[in-house]
Amino acid sequence: MKRFAGWSLASPATLAVVIFLVLPVVATIITTFLTPAGPLAPYIGFFGSGFRRTVLWRTIQVSLITTVIALFIGFITAYVVSRSPGWLKSILIIAAVFPLLTGVVVRSFAWMIILGKNGILNSALVGSGIIAEPMTMLYTQGAVIVAMVYLFVPLMVLTLVGVLESIPDDLIQASASLGAKPMATFTQVILPLAVPGLIVGAVLVFTGSFTAYATPQLLGGESQMVMGTLMYQQAMVTFDWVSASTIAAIMVVITIAIVLLMTRVAKRLNPMAV
Amino acid sequence: MTTKLHPALIAFTALVFVFLIGPLIIVVGAALSDTTYLTFPPQGLSLRWFENIFAISAFRRTIITSLQIAFLSTFIALLIGIPAAYALNRYRVQLPGWLSTLFVLPILVPELVLGFSLLKNVAVQFNAPIYLSLVVGHSLLVLPYVVRVISASLASFDFSIEEAAISLGSPPLKTFFTILLPNVRSGVIAAFILSFITSINDVSISIFLTGPGISTLPIQILAHMEQFFDPTVASVSVLLMALTVAVMAIVERTLGLTFLAK
Repeated sequence: MKRFAGWSLASPATLAVVIFLVLPVVATIITTFLTPAGPLAPYIGFFGSGFRRTVLWRTIQVSLITTVIALFIGFITAYVVSRSPGWLKSILIIAAVFPLLTGVVVRSFAWMIILGKNGILNSALVGSGIIAEPMTMLYTQGAVIVAMVYLFVPLMVLTLVGVLESIPDDLIQASASLGAKPMATFTQVILPLAVPGLIVGAVLVFTGSFTAYATPQLLGGESQMVMGTLMYQQAMVTFDWVSASTIAAIMVVITIAIVLLMTRVAKRLNPMAV
Repeated sequence: MTTKLHPALIAFTALVFVFLIGPLIIVVGAALSDTTYLTFPPQGLSLRWFENIFAISAFRRTIITSLQIAFLSTFIALLIGIPAAYALNRYRVQLPGWLSTLFVLPILVPELVLGFSLLKNVAVQFNAPIYLSLVVGHSLLVLPYVVRVISASLASFDFSIEEAAISLGSPPLKTFFTILLPNVRSGVIAAFILSFITSINDVSISIFLTGPGISTLPIQILAHMEQFFDPTVASVSVLLMALTVAVMAIVERTLGLTFLAK
């Protein structure tokens, strides 16, 4: 009876996810194995193309660099926020939430204004005589990474503040009073306790950058194509749906593999958490 | 007594917040500019670009579409998500463990893949109206937020209160509205707001499910940018930021913003 009640309440949402997410996505992946050219043909085609391999490698590279930078910036920021007095902490959290709630288009657009040929950074650099000619900053890998870091730092900060707040001050002071230098307290007390949070943050940022569309499109353009923009181009510009489905399948597999791998790593490092 | 922070750490954090907020201030500046091209600091203040948003019919249309889609999909997600979250908490033992994982799937599966799959296997395959597919896509996108936030507020709810009401003769539906809902009210508000904002800002799903005649605001912004790189986009961005501020004010009033860090 109870089992029935539980299922009947959960069934509308369950059906919605199964019918409109699981089945369509599985169907997309299955079609890549059912092409007239043979079951693995689309994948052989993908990995056989130097251009596509470059795109995949670029996407992994951009996502990894973004993740590392966001971890570094986010961790220090979250640590300071978590140790700030109450009123300041609230203000800082609001300041981190605000960009997070501002959409990805607006946030990428902001960087287009900054990094453009006649953008703010170039005007400032030329105006102050540091450089003679405006530099090309937009449509480079650097631009994509800066904007991605901008996108994900707030997420990282908010993920880590909760984790770092739960480390008692007493513990940090105990470490210091036992003679540990700040750096030792950091590496031996704070860092190990923050690992589960760092892993969650890293997974969110990596998978988010790996599958991003708007930011690489706006700041990287054609020359910095990544998996997301290539998939869109294949689906909506060249209408090669088999190729788009193949890219989709590769994105799903890599995303889920990363999540599973990191969950396992987190469990091994800290069996109590996760 | 709190831990002392090294001045270098404080300086670094201050710079990070300049990095986080600075670009958004620049967008506001650009929106107020008097010139036809984007500059900062603005040369002469003007509100003409705000007027321009409403002069362009495509923007007017997409603002309305985006609001409709956000309301509809949030409503649907709440309608199916609240009972699901309730079931997951109340009948935890009776339901299989994978069920809660299922409701996280929309976050796990890349949005682009979901958008493309909905286009390919639902909209085109079954000739479903694009508007409907857009609502379905957005409902799925926001469902995990609803389930997670409502579950979090149910975690502290004592189900024996509800059982007491039922054993005293209160009908289930009445119990739901008079006992349960008031207890998770703040969770519902939070879920509504998060979902609404997520839907309004979505690009990755919408980009596949918009076409001639129907588009959402972020997609229209992208399209506009390809043709004109003028301050209109900045002023639309400011409108979206104003919406965000309004939403944050509501969250602050009802829950306190630190809630979002949990």
